[in-house]
Amino acid sequence: MRAPLSWLRDFAPFGDDVDALAAALDELGLLVEGIERVGEGLDRVLVSRVLEIGAIEGADRIRRVVVDAGREPIQVVCGAFNFVVGDLVPFAGVGTVLPGGVEIGRRKMRGVESNGMLCSGRELALSEDGDGLLVLAETDGAAPGAPLDVALGIQPDVVFDITVEGNRPDAWCIAGIARDLAARLGLPFALPEPVVVASGPPVDQLASAAVDAPDMCPRLTVRVAQSVAVGPSPALVARRLVLAGMRPINNVVDASNYVMLELGQPTHPYDLDRLGAPGLLVRRATPGEVLTTLDGVARTLGTPGRGLGETGEDCVICDAAGTPVGIGGIFGGSTSEISPSTTRVLLEAAYFDPMVIARTSKRLGLRTEASARFERGCDPFGIDRATDRFFELLAESSPGAVLAAGTLDVRGELAERTEVRLEIGAVNALLGTRLSRAEVAGLLVPLGFDCVGTGDDALSVTVPTNRPDVRPPPHGVADLAEEVARVHGYARIERRQPSWPEPGGLTEAQRDRRRIGEVLIGLGANEAWTWSLVDEDENRRVGLEGPSVAITNPMSADEGFLRRSQMAGLLRALAWNVDRRQGSIRLFEVGVVFAPPSPGRVVTERAGPGGAQQAMLPDERELVSAIFAADGDDAATALAALDALVEELGLTEVRVRAPGPAEVPAGLHPTRSANVVAGPGRAVVGTVGEVDPAVVADFGAGTQRVGWLELDLGLVADRSVVPRRSDRSRPVSRYPSSDVDLALVVDDAVPADALADVLRAAGGELLESVTLFDVYRGTGVAPGRRSLGFRLRFCALDRTLTDREVGELRSGCVAAAERELGAALR
Amino acid sequence: MSGHDGPVDPGALEAEALAAIRAATSTEELAAVESAILGKRSALGAAHRALGGLGPEERRTVGAALHEVRGRIEHLVEDRRGELAAHERVAALEADRMDLTEVVVADVRTPLLRGHKHLVTKTREALEDVFVAMGFTVAEGREAETDWYNFEALNIPPAHPARGMYDSFYVDLGEPETIVLRTHTSPVQIHLMEQAVAQDSLPIHSVMPGRCFRRDTPDARHLPVFHQIEGLVVDHGISFSHLAGTIETFTTAYFGPDVHSRLRPSYFPFTEPSAEYDITCTICLGVGCRTCSGTGWVELGGCGMVDPAVFDAVGIDPAEWSGFAFGFGIDRCAQMRHEVADMRALIENDLRFLRQF
Repeated sequence: MRAPLSWLRDFAPFGDDVDALAAALDELGLLVEGIERVGEGLDRVLVSRVLEIGAIEGADRIRRVVVDAGREPIQVVCGAFNFVVGDLVPFAGVGTVLPGGVEIGRRKMRGVESNGMLCSGRELALSEDGDGLLVLAETDGAAPGAPLDVALGIQPDVVFDITVEGNRPDAWCIAGIARDLAARLGLPFALPEPVVVASGPPVDQLASAAVDAPDMCPRLTVRVAQSVAVGPSPALVARRLVLAGMRPINNVVDASNYVMLELGQPTHPYDLDRLGAPGLLVRRATPGEVLTTLDGVARTLGTPGRGLGETGEDCVICDAAGTPVGIGGIFGGSTSEISPSTTRVLLEAAYFDPMVIARTSKRLGLRTEASARFERGCDPFGIDRATDRFFELLAESSPGAVLAAGTLDVRGELAERTEVRLEIGAVNALLGTRLSRAEVAGLLVPLGFDCVGTGDDALSVTVPTNRPDVRPPPHGVADLAEEVARVHGYARIERRQPSWPEPGGLTEAQRDRRRIGEVLIGLGANEAWTWSLVDEDENRRVGLEGPSVAITNPMSADEGFLRRSQMAGLLRALAWNVDRRQGSIRLFEVGVVFAPPSPGRVVTERAGPGGAQQAMLPDERELVSAIFAADGDDAATALAALDALVEELGLTEVRVRAPGPAEVPAGLHPTRSANVVAGPGRAVVGTVGEVDPAVVADFGAGTQRVGWLELDLGLVADRSVVPRRSDRSRPVSRYPSSDVDLALVVDDAVPADALADVLRAAGGELLESVTLFDVYRGTGVAPGRRSLGFRLRFCALDRTLTDREVGELRSGCVAAAERELGAALR
Repeated sequence: MSGHDGPVDPGALEAEALAAIRAATSTEELAAVESAILGKRSALGAAHRALGGLGPEERRTVGAALHEVRGRIEHLVEDRRGELAAHERVAALEADRMDLTEVVVADVRTPLLRGHKHLVTKTREALEDVFVAMGFTVAEGREAETDWYNFEALNIPPAHPARGMYDSFYVDLGEPETIVLRTHTSPVQIHLMEQAVAQDSLPIHSVMPGRCFRRDTPDARHLPVFHQIEGLVVDHGISFSHLAGTIETFTTAYFGPDVHSRLRPSYFPFTEPSAEYDITCTICLGVGCRTCSGTGWVELGGCGMVDPAVFDAVGIDPAEWSGFAFGFGIDRCAQMRHEVADMRALIENDLRFLRQF
């Protein structure tokens, strides 16, 4: 909120060092977002009395005006018409520089000399009103010749733009900010007592007040003033409202706004004579009830919206006959607003349950200055001061107003004053301070907390009713500790680095994730970050049929669903870079993809204030996906990358298996892709191959082949799914090894690695390695079969193998291949 | 198909066309057939032109019949094109077949290239390393969470105004607004504390990095999908003074010895006392510049002592244990340290950007 320094000074004697004040506000958690200096230069503008007004021949938009600005009469030419002889108006003489930087010169218009300028509120940066002159009220200081700032009681001012946190309704007003700031700076703070005279008839003869929903509105007060003259506010009130960012409307509405800004209590003035029946009734809205609010919008009430904790209940303010005239604590109705002809004002000041206001405000999308304050929690006992202050202000702007005696005050259950027993040891333990009991009390008392020492080292703290953020014990101890720390100063709390015996570290899965990234960047891939929120169509375009998980409230239609794979994002990134003529594009991403919940994946959450919840969580999987689209890249590149990852992580029993024609993984090339399977169960842990060229083309990602690799990191991390190499060392033989090359012809249906597995099993311990080095199809090999060339390396730890031993091992391997896979030696 | 001079028989035209369409065996042939039977020089084209010479009544009936035939033929062409294209695709894919089990990895020749991890990953890893060195473990969790873990256990009950601080994406599953894309990584803290209570394994010293979601309009400093790292310590005798010390140690360790931290009071429902923390502006090192609005400080994150209501929610006895939590944006950290003018550069995946880090 915007807080003028002059207004803050009504409550405590703050000094002139603006930067120091701003720093103190920041240190209190009242964050200063901006500092604005206003009203400078008004000391050269003078109060003047209009002596004469005359027409200028041939001009109907300007007139000749003679004013008394304290010395000899001065003639000016003026284009405003909102004043008469005898009025007091601001006068800027020749050479004066106005707040906007304009310097007044001597001019001649239609042959008439103008020796200065009479000013509007806008020209003086005092109000938004530029339609006519700022006509000044007849007050003590307003004598012709007096500097305008003195006459208006304004100094060049400083406005702090302050962000008040949501838990501090008490500080969301001028007095509240002043209270905090005074406490921090050790200055005396005082709230002046408003002076009101109630000379009218008893209020209950003029109006009634009733509450049918005391849970929603625990306190309603009604006061009435008669013989009210509605007109513009006094200059000081209007100016302060403008500085605080509100538009002056009339003295009645302005007084209400002024009180809200000053004390934090919203009030609502009604034209008593425009209420259907004199008085107010607060009740629940009936379902479907429609009310037209001050902004002219018809709003349907009492109808539940979406979401947890939504009751669909609204609190309406009605006239005494039950006709709604406003939404309680949020917005007034249009029928009973204050108008220039209003003479009898009914002032409503109430306390509403914050959650009621919060729910209605959220559902209707209707946030007002009042609702924002009520939903944070106003002071139910601050109402009396606020209404007194309202009528004090009204008496200044409408001296003839007659306040009715008494207040209609309907009270339901109002919270007791909270008492918190504060052990000084607990405060010091929480903060890491060494404050004494007297010091703690000295920090809390200026904020309005009553502190009474108890026998042991503790205080009994009574929480003022404007501090709903301070909870009853035990939680209130933490709340009070924050107050102590704030006023003491966070910066004064010693910094200590804690230590503990438990070591820090990454988990194995976290280390693996980093290693995977390092392998892929070693292969030339750059890591991308693609969007988790996609168009449902994008999931389909990469071949993912079936439902995607939808977002209830997306920001745009093309971000309405959760991605089910990273393919679309990576292809988009590929297309982006292809368009920008970036060559050698390889990209990878590590991240979460989503799918609708597996059957049975319903969790029941613990019961909280919102009640037990049935929740269905989407399935989440963390994947690493990579595309290879550099020159010459294809499925083989992706396979080589898989091989590198398998090697780095020490994965064993990882195989690739071509899928059946009907089981091609989504978005992949049907004849150049495979599942990555692992472990004895041959669980699918990923896919490898190429992206379907039709999909690549659809994304506009070029015409080159795009190699593809995807692994499910959750499965890869699970050793029961993907076993890892033992980390025990194996001795290396010191004897020469013998190589045997075998060319074995097998059906195309037999995977090469299956043949390698058979050879490995047959070769036993003496078989050091099996390496595929050649694949041949063509002359001499039957169609549908191919020759696979393997190099088998045999070696013993304790001797050089003889030719005979090697020969026997070779025969055993060949025999096993023939027997188990129908292989034939070529 | 040609040589008709008199009025054409639409039925015969259609039969002829059908035979020609069927006879086409490739999309290329079909294109030729299409132009022969539907083009300007086709019998159908001629018949259309001949309409001009007919009487009004006849023109209407014949015209309508021709139009209908044309429509049917076009349909047949499209169907056939689909069939042929599918066959051609199957044939092309078949010709392209590659058995991935028989790739000779040693023979795969690729250009020698070096890639780069994403700036966000690099930043995350560097932050993790600093915290690991300070004795923290790293914890992770789901990105879609229940209302309990994202809000309620964190002392933010349904409809509470504090929810306005976290404009959430809800997932359309189950009861309305029960599943939310996490707005912070704090749900991981709740899981950690619940587990530690269940397994009787307190204390906790962990940081939790991860992706988060908020309905913020993207601009130079905000993205609706972003990354955050939070920290949680729950142990005996932990105080606000330890929190301030931890923040300072981390700040200097990550940003360097010239960068320091300060705490300002703030409000978060899940901590009390709460603070925001600023660090020395990394651009001007505290002198004051445009980035820091002349203050010499820039805001980095929020922190505070774990609120007793949060301890209540997870069943930790605040008389025995105390703790602090903190959090800040990884992307924001990267932006500040590397002077990235516009956050949106992080998601464009332009290689010219990615290769810089």
